[in-house]
Amino acid sequence: MEILVNGRAEQVEPGTNLAQWIAGKGLHPQQVAIEVNQALVPRDQREQVVLQPGDRVEMVSLVGGG
Amino acid sequence: MQGLHPMGGELPLERPLVLGGRTFSSRLLVGTGKYASHQEMKDVLALSGTQLVTVAIRRVNFDAQLGTSILDHLDRERYALLPNTAGCYTARDAVRTAMLARDLLQTDLVKLEVLGDPRTLLPDPVGTLEATAELARAGFQVLAYTSDDPRLAVRLVEAGAHSVMPAGSPIGSGRGLANPSNLRILRELVSVPMVVDAGIGTASHVAQAMELGADAVLLNSAIAGALDPRRMAKAMAAACEAGRDAYLAGRIPERLYANASSPEEGLIEEAGPAPEQRPQ
Repeated sequence: MEILVNGRAEQVEPGTNLAQWIAGKGLHPQQVAIEVNQALVPRDQREQVVLQPGDRVEMVSLVGGG
Repeated sequence: MQGLHPMGGELPLERPLVLGGRTFSSRLLVGTGKYASHQEMKDVLALSGTQLVTVAIRRVNFDAQLGTSILDHLDRERYALLPNTAGCYTARDAVRTAMLARDLLQTDLVKLEVLGDPRTLLPDPVGTLEATAELARAGFQVLAYTSDDPRLAVRLVEAGAHSVMPAGSPIGSGRGLANPSNLRILRELVSVPMVVDAGIGTASHVAQAMELGADAVLLNSAIAGALDPRRMAKAMAAACEAGRDAYLAGRIPERLYANASSPEEGLIEEAGPAPEQRPQ
């Protein structure tokens, strides 16, 4: 199934939860934050959120800034 | 010498800088953007003596090399992190970004920026006020980036701002304090920490902000853009301390005419002003 990640289409296995999806990307789970459909999914709730077709995911991390 | 001190001889109150429940001995907040390398950033932060540094929130770039976060280059034992909502032009976007920042850093502190337009990067007052109220209700400690308008600062505090951050002049302009009188009035009208943010170009701007009573100064471009950022970081730290001491020392008031510092009596024969120039 297809989801939109930071504005780009991406294929994921149905039934994948957010924690699994982040781990599959090789990202440190504590160095990213996630919104699904413009609502924050807190770090401790990622396992409970299963990705759905058409979900719009925002995944952010820190960069330098003033 | 009566009237030597502008506050009737009373020294300004010496109060520690407390943000988000944490006390900071350094009054310089430094941004982490625009350095030539992570090493330069680390050196600059160390030389500036800062204890609170700003960071921004952006989409993960899957094309770039993964696994290299700025977090790997910031010692969180040494530096508290202050995430910003830079680049947001609506209250809603800023609130969403703040929520992401809080989840990422597990901190309630946020430097709220709701900008008006990309050319001036001046804060949008209405959006800033709305977002301040919403974030304060959600438990954030909001450091609100604002203009130097004193009334707006009062309204932000009423809306729950933990600190107000008036711009000296537009972000990255290096023009210093465009309206020092407004900053002095603002300082008197609000009791929360006033952090002068944006527009700093060189060390004297930092000293001036601290001399007029700012609790701290936040800067980034003035250091990162200097030809020798490390040396500029040192200069900014010295200016911050000098300005703070000058403020606490209670400066003499300005006057139009001179006031001799050497005694006017006891001059040798024929020395001193001509008889017609002497005060009556």
